[in-house]
Amino acid sequence: MTLRMLKAVVLKIGFWALVGVLMLYAIFPFYYAVVTSLKPSSELFEVSYWIDDLDFSNYVAVPSQPAFLAAIRNSVIVAVSVVIIALLLGLTAAWALGRVRFRGRTTVMMLVLGVSMFPQVAVLSGLFEVIRTLDLYNSPGGLILSYTIFTLPFTVWILTTFMRQLPDELEEAAIVDGASPWVTLTKVFMPLLWPAMATTGLLAFIAAWNEFLFALTFTLTDTQRTVPVAIALISGGSQYELPWGPIMAASVIVTVPLVVLVVIFQRRIVSGLTAGAVKG
Amino acid sequence: MASVTLERVNKRFGSTRVIEDVSLDISDGEFVVFVGPSGCGKSTLLRLIAGLESITHGDLMIDGTRVNHLTPPERGIGMVFQSYALYPHMSVYDNIAFGLKLAKSDRQTVDERVRQTAKILQLDGLLDRLPKALSGGQRQRVAIGRAMAREPRILLFDEPLSNLDAALRVQTRNEIAHLHARLGATMIYVTHDQVEAMTLADRIVVLNEGHVEQTGSPRELYEQPMSRFVAGFIGSPKMNFLTALARAEGDAGCRISIPGIGEHVLPRRLLASERETRLTLGVRPEHLTPTAAAGDAGFNILNVEYLGSEAYLYLETPEGEALVCRTEAPAPFVRGDHVTLDFAPHRAHLFDHDGRALPPVHDAGTEPATAPTTFS
Repeated sequence: MTLRMLKAVVLKIGFWALVGVLMLYAIFPFYYAVVTSLKPSSELFEVSYWIDDLDFSNYVAVPSQPAFLAAIRNSVIVAVSVVIIALLLGLTAAWALGRVRFRGRTTVMMLVLGVSMFPQVAVLSGLFEVIRTLDLYNSPGGLILSYTIFTLPFTVWILTTFMRQLPDELEEAAIVDGASPWVTLTKVFMPLLWPAMATTGLLAFIAAWNEFLFALTFTLTDTQRTVPVAIALISGGSQYELPWGPIMAASVIVTVPLVVLVVIFQRRIVSGLTAGAVKG
Repeated sequence: MASVTLERVNKRFGSTRVIEDVSLDISDGEFVVFVGPSGCGKSTLLRLIAGLESITHGDLMIDGTRVNHLTPPERGIGMVFQSYALYPHMSVYDNIAFGLKLAKSDRQTVDERVRQTAKILQLDGLLDRLPKALSGGQRQRVAIGRAMAREPRILLFDEPLSNLDAALRVQTRNEIAHLHARLGATMIYVTHDQVEAMTLADRIVVLNEGHVEQTGSPRELYEQPMSRFVAGFIGSPKMNFLTALARAEGDAGCRISIPGIGEHVLPRRLLASERETRLTLGVRPEHLTPTAAAGDAGFNILNVEYLGSEAYLYLETPEGEALVCRTEAPAPFVRGDHVTLDFAPHRAHLFDHDGRALPPVHDAGTEPATAPTTFS
């Protein structure tokens, strides 16, 4: 009996130890960034895992740079536009692919999936030409276009999958009630697809918010940069100084909107990711 | 309120013919039930009338106007779906009001209609609830309310009771019958349950593999089935079928002999050209009279079902065919007993090897009530 209890206790300790390790693994980098950002630059290279006194000088320094504020503004414009465009196109495409029977539907779906398999670097030069031709170089428009290209495939796939799970009779009921396809989509399907839209919208937002390669390639001036690039290009007083404090402070600042969004939509995301996994 | 006419309506999915040359007249205010086994095309036929499927060939008229290419709301139909298909994110009120709002009725009219509909269906207290907070029977009523709120000319029901439990099914069946009497609307109702068909219909349309097997009032179908299919489908427990040898017997009809039952003369006309033919005799369970037999003669009783008001005897012929026989309860028989059977010849039916019923011999007294119409 005691042996059994001992075993239970050991297993429980082991379980929580494992949870602890995973938590540490996931959270420590972010925690260390926060800690670093709260240290004055003189203490930067003293390794400590705890802060004795808070120093907000980095948080004052970063937003006072006009380039950083412009970058945040650009990032918001780009990410929000990408989400809106991707959801709008994704929803309408999902209606066609999930609800309308036509020849080549599977082919289209496979093509969409295939397109999303190209790595960014592979299309970089081609996309650069497209953006130059469309005269979108060094403007948020170029980034919105390129991010939408990479966001749409998974938006379409996820929304199509969800759309297919909605019962046919629901659409037929709307048709009998006299609803046009657009009304059916917006008044009947959209409210039901809300969890899926929150999930895909958030993923699209995060992808656009964090993207670096395109942002670096397709923008030139400080006023047009997005946050990841702006942070990477924060420079110190001389070429021998890497300003870790301001970089960390800026990173923490731009992470906050994502955390807030995830917290707001958390329950939607969970129901979105698991909906349809089990019928009911 | 409107009449519906189908003229040689066909529906193909690819090369599969689902509906074949169906012609039908449904008059204003009639309650018509489409019944048949699963896969017979009854739901497809309803969806063709609704406008949810397109007609491959043939004409559909509502009130004399061809409506083949009109949308469901233009046809003026309301439909109740098997799964109810209520909009899950809308309250009962909004569910009922959805179609009215889309029809651009003004707000006051919408409100009036919704409240009136809710009152008829006793949904007054539930208008603010979401469908998930309703019981099955209430959801059913909301679905009916949504269908009738726009005051459609024709109400269509696609197996509306199959998701309800047995007790609620009987109750809702009565409510639908009551609703029909009250609204006087033309209603078309699809079911695979012949009891629903018998109890609700003014007229039943029996469908089999995409064509109309027979149409008629419940009584006509029960008493004068025109084919073995209809005879077997209508009535519960099923009609008994036995192989019989038959010979024409002049004006009296034909003489049949069945092992275990003996010889009888049935008032059914058999074409005299054939001397002795193998036919199928059909007798309903309530038209068989069992009598206790001596020893091992007659039929062996496999089981006795006691239902309170009546009892069913399940019998086996010496050839191994199954028979059901209804008696008054309590039945003076137990399992293992042997009985002989007798039946009233004028209540029995004969079917040829194509499954068609032999017509009755016409003498002065036995005119058929109404000439049943067939379409093939």
